[in-house]
Amino acid sequence: MPLNEFTIEEAHKGLIEKSFSAQELAGAVFKRIKKIDGKVKAYITVTEKEALAQAAAVDRKINSGQEIGLLEGIPCAVKDIIVTKGILSTAASNMLKNYIPPFDATIIKKLKKEGLVMAGKVNLDAFAHGASTENSDFFTTHNPWDLERVPGGSSGGSAAAVSAGEAIYSLGTDTGGSIRCPASFCGTVGLKPTYGRVSRFGLISMTSSTDCPGPITKTVSDAAIVLGAIAGRDAYDSASADLKIEDYLGRLKKAEDLKGLKIGIPNEYFISGMNPGVEKAVRGAILFLERLGAEISGVSLPHTKYAVPAYYIITPSEVSSNLSRYDGIKYGYSVINDALHKKEADNLSHIYKKSRRYGFGAEAKRRIMLGTYALSAGYYDAYYLKAQKVRTLIKQDFDKVFENFDCLVAPTSPNVAFKIGAHKTNPLEMYLEDIFLSAASLAGLPAISIPCGFVRPDDGAAELPVGLQIIGKHFDEATVLKIAYVYEQNSEWKNKKPLLPDN
Amino acid sequence: MKSEISGGQKLTQEQIRRIADLARIEIDEAEQEKYALEMSAILGYVEQLGEADTKAVEPTTHIAGINNITRQDEARPSDPDERKKIIDCAPLAEGEYIKVKSVLQ
Repeated sequence: MPLNEFTIEEAHKGLIEKSFSAQELAGAVFKRIKKIDGKVKAYITVTEKEALAQAAAVDRKINSGQEIGLLEGIPCAVKDIIVTKGILSTAASNMLKNYIPPFDATIIKKLKKEGLVMAGKVNLDAFAHGASTENSDFFTTHNPWDLERVPGGSSGGSAAAVSAGEAIYSLGTDTGGSIRCPASFCGTVGLKPTYGRVSRFGLISMTSSTDCPGPITKTVSDAAIVLGAIAGRDAYDSASADLKIEDYLGRLKKAEDLKGLKIGIPNEYFISGMNPGVEKAVRGAILFLERLGAEISGVSLPHTKYAVPAYYIITPSEVSSNLSRYDGIKYGYSVINDALHKKEADNLSHIYKKSRRYGFGAEAKRRIMLGTYALSAGYYDAYYLKAQKVRTLIKQDFDKVFENFDCLVAPTSPNVAFKIGAHKTNPLEMYLEDIFLSAASLAGLPAISIPCGFVRPDDGAAELPVGLQIIGKHFDEATVLKIAYVYEQNSEWKNKKPLLPDN
Repeated sequence: MKSEISGGQKLTQEQIRRIADLARIEIDEAEQEKYALEMSAILGYVEQLGEADTKAVEPTTHIAGINNITRQDEARPSDPDERKKIIDCAPLAEGEYIKVKSVLQ
């Protein structure tokens, strides 16, 4: 098997058994990137030189007889919304297209201590605003299962890179579904940890009250490994939880079946209009979970329908605040050094208004203005305050159900990957892609998406992956991972790979 | 999963101009019209939040249940190399200062 197709566990085993070196492993990943990224377009920046140097350091360690950690020497793709010191970090926006951060995000610092080999920075919807990666200011990423389709978003580059064998694992961020959606559309595992489980320091801010960095991987075990490495209290993120990090991987390996676990199936997550093949695959997976020993019952989360509307008030509001730092003064795009437009800027007000005019894309502007409106005097109570109260109701729905259940299982998306351009004329349609994802985000809960089947859509020939979503209690990633692992180990989906045409 | 753009404009172009001004973003007339339509549709969609009974409900602004985290207000030394890199990010700088156009006319 080509080395780039290994999982983290398999690659680690190969390294310690000296079947191949870390440099050979990285080399295989870069060979793959050169072969197909022209078609997939997952990468914004490929860091081959740096990665091979990082790999060489790991090889020196191995050859001197030292032990290495599970992630040491394993090539990773990093969503370009996570800052990396000395390496271009753009958030896929023209506003940051030349930005070289002078610091590393905390999760990057942690992974560097674990021997990170970073293959590069991957594409996303600009500032993580989107569900398809089509809002990138640079280019759209293509779904490896059907290149005419989106990989999902906003962490589309992260999921596509893993799915196409262009990275062994990747980092994404999930604010309203942005890890789970692309994981589902690309047939990978995607874990959104509990809000506060992983430090947000060094994430280019989107929605402060729901941003969660997390892993996108080939297997559930791999996700457990990465979670263990990136989780933990950080002095630089006051909202990060001061909780013991469990041995996620160790606990998984002990899991044999799902006996004793009570799983709720929320009625509101099976709606008319959803793709029938998706519903069939998900219901089949639920039956399978029952055969694996879980007790399954229907439950209700009555305020589910308000999750997307609440999310699309809260998110733009927090975005409008977080993106106010882009002022053309301190860093990022400025009209001052734009040869094309600098003559227009006579005064301070012009610098703000024109830098933000030319630096931001349409979706960023839309969200900033929506948020500005929702937070402005006379409207704050009707919109932002109301949405935050509805958020409490949504959280209470989950609290009630979790009194009697360990996890909830539902589809990740009502769809499989749609064609590039399908939602071009209607931004609201794109927001509806978050319909099964927003509630868990607003409630801060951990949630994973894992492959559970394939569907041939009406408008295409290729079979497309279907995602199963498992939502857990606050800080109970261990149970979410256990259910995902037992299902995965007893099913076939992880062995299926997209067939990409050779260059 | 299509949704209709709701009929009837909720936001006028004048309101959009004002919002853009508050948000410090310059937009032209074509954009004013486009954003007025799109944002009106989105606001029309979120209006359904009004159906939810929130009379006795507190807002949730923080979901992880952590209370105010504080530390001693102590200055820490900074890395001069990092400081230089930060200032180099600014389009206009002079020595250790970032330059701005005058705030007061």
